[in-house]
Amino acid sequence: MRALVIDDSAVTRKIIKQILHPLGFEVFEAGDGQEGLNQVRDLDQLDLVLVDWNMPVMDGIQFLRAVRAQGALSSLPIMMVSTNNDAENVATSLEAGATEYIMKPFTPDMMRAKLELLGFGQP
Amino acid sequence: MAIRSAEFEYIRTLVLERSAVVLEPGKEYLVESRLARLVAQEGFASLPQLVERLRANRFGPLHRKVVEAMATNETMFFRDARPFEVLRVSILPELLRQRATDRALDVWCSGCSTGQEPYSLAMLLREHFPIVLGWNLRIVASDISRDSLDRARRGCYSQLEVNRGLPAPLLLKYFSKREEGWQLSHEVRRMVEFVEINLVEPWPLLPAMDIVFMRNVLIYFGVETKKSILGKVRRLLKPDGLLLLGGSESTLYLDDAFVPSPAERPGLFRLRR
Repeated sequence: MRALVIDDSAVTRKIIKQILHPLGFEVFEAGDGQEGLNQVRDLDQLDLVLVDWNMPVMDGIQFLRAVRAQGALSSLPIMMVSTNNDAENVATSLEAGATEYIMKPFTPDMMRAKLELLGFGQP
Repeated sequence: MAIRSAEFEYIRTLVLERSAVVLEPGKEYLVESRLARLVAQEGFASLPQLVERLRANRFGPLHRKVVEAMATNETMFFRDARPFEVLRVSILPELLRQRATDRALDVWCSGCSTGQEPYSLAMLLREHFPIVLGWNLRIVASDISRDSLDRARRGCYSQLEVNRGLPAPLLLKYFSKREEGWQLSHEVRRMVEFVEINLVEPWPLLPAMDIVFMRNVLIYFGVETKKSILGKVRRLLKPDGLLLLGGSESTLYLDDAFVPSPAERPGLFRLRR
C-alpha cells in the first residue's frame, strides 16, 4: 500500500511515516500542496493521503479542492492533519473533500484509531 | 516518590476487597500514577501520607476514591472500530428484524467509564438505524466510579478525547465546541442512562438484555470473579442476546454457556442453544 504525507514540517512527516510503516505502507512525502499534487499525478498507485492545512505555495484546502476536482480521485481517502481545531475548520475540510480529520497534537494511538476508521487497521 | 511495598500491599488489599480488581506485583507504577492526582487533589504531600490517613480510618469517602481511581478504565469513542462495524453491518440489522414486533431494545454497557462507548452506540443507532428512536430503546451504562459517571452524564470531552476514534462527520454533527471542551448534544446524551454498579456487589434490577458490552472490564479480575460475573451476565441475556468482550478476551475456560462468534467477529459471544 502507498501513502502520501504532505506537510511543510519534516519532523511531522517523519512522525507520521513511523506510524504508517508498521501498517504496511510505503510512504511518499511532499512539503506543500503543489508538490503533493505533483506526487498524486505521478504515482500510479496511491491508497491514502495525509495532508496538513497550513503550508506555503498551496495549502491543504486548496490541495483538497484540486484533487477532488479530478473525478477519478473522488474515492481516494484523504485525511486532514491540522492544528486548526474548531468545528468550522473541520467542516471546511470535509466540505473541501477531506474524508477524515485529525487534530494536532496527536499520539500514535490516535492516528492509528483514525486510520482504522479509514479501513487501515493492524495487519 | 516510589511506593513502598507495605503501602502497595495496603492499596492492593483495599482495592481487592472492595472491587475485586487484582493488582499484581509489578503494578506499583500504576498505583503511583493513578493515585498521584488524588494525592494532589486531596492536599496530601505524598502517597505515603495518603496511605497513612487511609490506615487510620475506617472505610469512607477517601477509601472509595482510591478504589475508584484504581478501578477506572480508559475508554475511547468507537474503540477498536471493528465491533461497531460488525454491529452496523450484520448484528443490528438481524436483531432489529427480530425485535420488529416488540419494538424494544435493551443494551447494557458495563464499565463505561466516561461514557464514550454507550454514546458511540447511540450515535451509530441515530445514524444508521433511526427507526429505533421510535422504539422503547434503553441504553444503560454503568461504572464503579462516581466521578466517571458524572463526567459521562455531562458529556463534555477534551480535544484529546474527541481526537481519538471519533469520525469527523460525527464530531461535527453531534458536538459543539465550548470553552470547557467539546459538548455532546442533548439528543444523544438523553439516549443513555448512567447508573453506578460495582460488578462484584449485588446488581440493581436490570431488564433482560439484547446486547451486553463488557469490553476490557473483566481483565482486571481474578478467574473466580470473572466466572461469577459471566454467570450473572448469562442469566441476564435474552436467549438470542449478544455479549461483547474486548478484542483479546474470551469466555473460554470461564463459562461454556457462551459460544464465540466466528473468527471475523472477534469479541462477540452468544449463548449456546
